[in-house]
Amino acid sequence: MNKPLLEVRGLTRSFGALLASDSIDLEVREGETHAVIGPNGAGKTTLIAQLAGNLRPDRGRVRFAGEDVTALSAPARSRRGFARSFQITSVYSEFTALENVMLAVQAHAGHSFRFWRPAREETALRSPARAILDEVGLGARSDVLAANLAHGEQRALEIATALATRPRLMLLDEPVAGMGAEETQRMIAFLSTLKGRKTIILVEHDMDAVFSLADRISVLVYGRIIATGTPQEIRANAEVRRAYLGEEVQA
Amino acid sequence: MNRRTAILLAGFLLLAVVPPLAALLGQPFYVDLLRRVMIFAIAALSLNLILGYGGMVSFGHAAYLGVGAYAVGVLAHYGVHNGYLQWALAIAASALVALVIGAVSIRTSGIYFIMITLAFTQMLYYLGISIEEFGGDDGMRLAVKSQFPGLIDLNDGNAFYYLVLAILVLVALLGHRLVNSRFGMVIRAAKSNEARTRAIGFSPYPYRLAAFVIAGAVCGLAGALLVNHTAYLTPEFMNWTRSGELMFMVILGGMATTAGPVLGALALLLVEDVLSGWTQHWQIILGPLLVLSVLFFRRGLAGLLFGKDE
Repeated sequence: MNKPLLEVRGLTRSFGALLASDSIDLEVREGETHAVIGPNGAGKTTLIAQLAGNLRPDRGRVRFAGEDVTALSAPARSRRGFARSFQITSVYSEFTALENVMLAVQAHAGHSFRFWRPAREETALRSPARAILDEVGLGARSDVLAANLAHGEQRALEIATALATRPRLMLLDEPVAGMGAEETQRMIAFLSTLKGRKTIILVEHDMDAVFSLADRISVLVYGRIIATGTPQEIRANAEVRRAYLGEEVQA
Repeated sequence: MNRRTAILLAGFLLLAVVPPLAALLGQPFYVDLLRRVMIFAIAALSLNLILGYGGMVSFGHAAYLGVGAYAVGVLAHYGVHNGYLQWALAIAASALVALVIGAVSIRTSGIYFIMITLAFTQMLYYLGISIEEFGGDDGMRLAVKSQFPGLIDLNDGNAFYYLVLAILVLVALLGHRLVNSRFGMVIRAAKSNEARTRAIGFSPYPYRLAAFVIAGAVCGLAGALLVNHTAYLTPEFMNWTRSGELMFMVILGGMATTAGPVLGALALLLVEDVLSGWTQHWQIILGPLLVLSVLFFRRGLAGLLFGKDE
């Protein structure tokens, strides 16, 4: 349970003069929900992109389940168990919710050089996709085009798509961004049902979400992790409060 | 059967009654015209697979028309008239050329993809012009049409017409199956949202390349049909304006639909035919017509006919 599933060592990436990731070390244990917080522009999405394989680091290594995955592409990491949700909603807008999730199931059900059978009618793709939509509360909306879903529903669809790849590690980039209070509560409640079952790296600005979900928190400021610890430790950390949290957690 | 399938079937039935109707009206010219339309419809359907469904804006699809036509023409030039051999070579050679062009161009996207596919096709065009043995820019006549002893005689205009119709129906049917299969879903997904597609674990490249090769092979077959239809071939088959026409057929007819490319080929070639009967400068009229149609029929002629898409 406590051996690190993900091990990041010395991860460094710059964009011109901007050091977006500065020698980041991070360990995420199997089954934990590990939040990464930090002010805007701290490099959180850059970190997620490097973990997901969308962006190559300049230096440093990423190890996953004992394997060095630093050089692997995003699809290759997905096949090893990475799943990513995007900060800016990224769904197939002209496909239905069900088709969105079915595609994710299909991506992990062997090769897709199959040319004859209609994919939409395959029970092997439909049933798992339907079950996951039910799980995230979109069961009744499965035949709606993703473009016509409400913002909160699209966010939930992203999580459903990630789950459909049966991931070992979920990289969730601000899953409650732009959501209303009620939607946020629902999403937090759902994500808490994943706790312990899935290993999650959660990037989030919403402190309610962070403090109610995270087992541990790492604080990223100007590309550096300035502290890692339990929510209590982070709350108590003077440097963190100065750099980022401000009054928000004093209440 | 839904409305869409019914209309499609009715359309193919209409095409099937053209030869007797033309004979009845004493207008055999229409058999010729519609055979040409159907050959271009096959080419447009193949382009639609990568352009409409795959989002790959290939501006060089005429290359495969040319390769298919030259495969037949060159074999005939050296005295090989066996149709099976000629058409098999047309398909294989187009697939191979598509494999090479696709392997390079699919690594790029956007404007680069358009320019690379165009550049490759222009290379083939100039290659055709430079080979004196095959007539250079004059091209060459196909004195003897592809021979299918015991099966069909392509000199029989009606028989040839029905063969083209059968191939068109087959290509439309296979294409329809393909775009709804797992394979089809991957190339459509990659068009819709590439980042999402990679994130869920698909590497789009091999799927796109396979689609590109399939499209090239089918268009090569259309080329083999076209050279038999016109009984001559020239490098003009591969001219970039021809690639543009194919794109227009797809866009005008309605991208990512089965009926669209057929309707597009029909509309473009019929309008071309009518206008060129009126005036030598028919392109001056055709141009604005195309612009207007793209502006007002955003979803193409198929969108008009079928209403809301699937």
